[in-house]
Amino acid sequence: MTEKTETGIELDQVNIWFGEDEQRVDAVINAGFAVPPGGSFGLVGESGSGKSTILRAITGLAPTWSGNISVLGNRLGEKRDKEFYRAVQMVFQDPYASLHPRQTVDHVLSEALHLHGFDNPDKRIAQILDDVGLKQSFRFRWPHQLSGGQRQRVAIARALIIEPSILLLDEPTSALDVSVQAEILNLLKRLQSERDLTYLMVSHDLAVVSHMCSEIGVMNQGEIVEMLDVAALRALEASHPYTKQLLDASVQKRRE
Amino acid sequence: MSNLLEVQNLSVKFPTRNGIFEAVRNISFSLGRERLGIVGESGSGKSLTGRAILRLIKKPGILEADHITLEGTNLLQISKKAMRRVRGHKISMIMQDPKFSLNPVMRIGDQISEAYRLHARASKKDARKKTLDMLEKVLIRDPERVFRSYPHEMSGGMGQRIMIAMMLIPDPKILIADEPTSALDVTVQKEVLEIMDDLVRERGMGLIFISHDLNVVSAFCDRVLILYAGRIVETCRADRLHEAKHPYTIGLLNSIPRLEQPVEHLQVLQRDTAWNLEPSVSGVVADGETPS
Repeated sequence: MTEKTETGIELDQVNIWFGEDEQRVDAVINAGFAVPPGGSFGLVGESGSGKSTILRAITGLAPTWSGNISVLGNRLGEKRDKEFYRAVQMVFQDPYASLHPRQTVDHVLSEALHLHGFDNPDKRIAQILDDVGLKQSFRFRWPHQLSGGQRQRVAIARALIIEPSILLLDEPTSALDVSVQAEILNLLKRLQSERDLTYLMVSHDLAVVSHMCSEIGVMNQGEIVEMLDVAALRALEASHPYTKQLLDASVQKRRE
Repeated sequence: MSNLLEVQNLSVKFPTRNGIFEAVRNISFSLGRERLGIVGESGSGKSLTGRAILRLIKKPGILEADHITLEGTNLLQISKKAMRRVRGHKISMIMQDPKFSLNPVMRIGDQISEAYRLHARASKKDARKKTLDMLEKVLIRDPERVFRSYPHEMSGGMGQRIMIAMMLIPDPKILIADEPTSALDVTVQKEVLEIMDDLVRERGMGLIFISHDLNVVSAFCDRVLILYAGRIVETCRADRLHEAKHPYTIGLLNSIPRLEQPVEHLQVLQRDTAWNLEPSVSGVVADGETPS
């Protein structure tokens, strides 16, 4: 799976559901899109629209799905191998909830290295801290000693230390202040160009997604109702009524 | 414009091992029949300011002020019992997440009528009628059904409308809304803000709108106080927020990605330690004066 392929992530006719029979809820219906290697794709929509569920299905956190998901040219089955997890990493929404409160930054990072059999942890940890803009003194700190933005940098470092080629970003800045959000978004952009990463990003914020991604899928009630590129989005050229509504809400928030 | 509320030299302090930490430092402001926005980042003291007005600072926190005057009464000098009458009756507060502020084991109708009966001494029947009216006013389509429901059966947007109904039913003079829409989706956000706006205007109330979202505040409020590290660094008219002069406000505004104006790199806020030492700007508007 490590050799370069033509595709980054490809989804075709993917359905994801929870529960069985009467309790069944169809969270994602017939989703399909492709992200080229090194590209960035954004999913926007309201809570409950199924955007995070897609990320969870790719990583295997939502086991009941059908259709085709392929990552780096390999079709995913029920189980994912270690190679998959080396290639695909995820950054979660809430940096307060996604770091173990009783593990130091060093512990979090070296565990990831250990699991994937990397050598030379000292050098790699020092390097990744540099890359995400944290001082070396942060290495032996506990999560409670870090601010929200610093925690999110640690979460990004944890994902990137095993050198994946795909990063799944689940609302990586929605728990942060705007000033900190700007820092994290800049960091993610820089890392993408330095490491040639493929991003699949989920957000409810159209402005954030359009800053980060070139191609955007709009989700509503489990379906991708419209796909458009960032130029069309910025020109407010939406054809689906729901996208229009979403654009309206995001633009009208400002009085300019 | 006459002032409903005047706050003079308000401080909130917390004793810590390394001495006293001042979360809010000597801020003064007034509120008329207007929509006053308080913006700032997490930790700037905006929520504490809202809570301090209601004297909801728990020990060991220390609340100090020259005065917090509501219609001529200094709230710092009245008894705890009298303060309880002020809360809800004169000043009420809407919190961020309706999931945590509604009682999960009590029917919605009962919760709202309880709020009304506590302050208005009405019969059960009247309270029920008033509650149904109020639910209708926050644009809930089927008030009878909602009246009988429990909070977990409601969505976030519905929950927040119910909170608005509950907080406005005793007819308070002032509403403090602490991030009322941050937990909601953008499309729902707009609806809830409009409902709140209509009701507040209709009743000639004063609104203190606490938020971290500069866009929402500039679109929704009349006047804005910008808080940084517990002090007001700048006050301005909300529609002139983009003409703000303080480097902190400018930095915050520039760090927001914009849909129509793409940039390669977002501007990052450079914090200046001198900002911590500047004295607080006064947010008081004297009676009869129009805010500039």
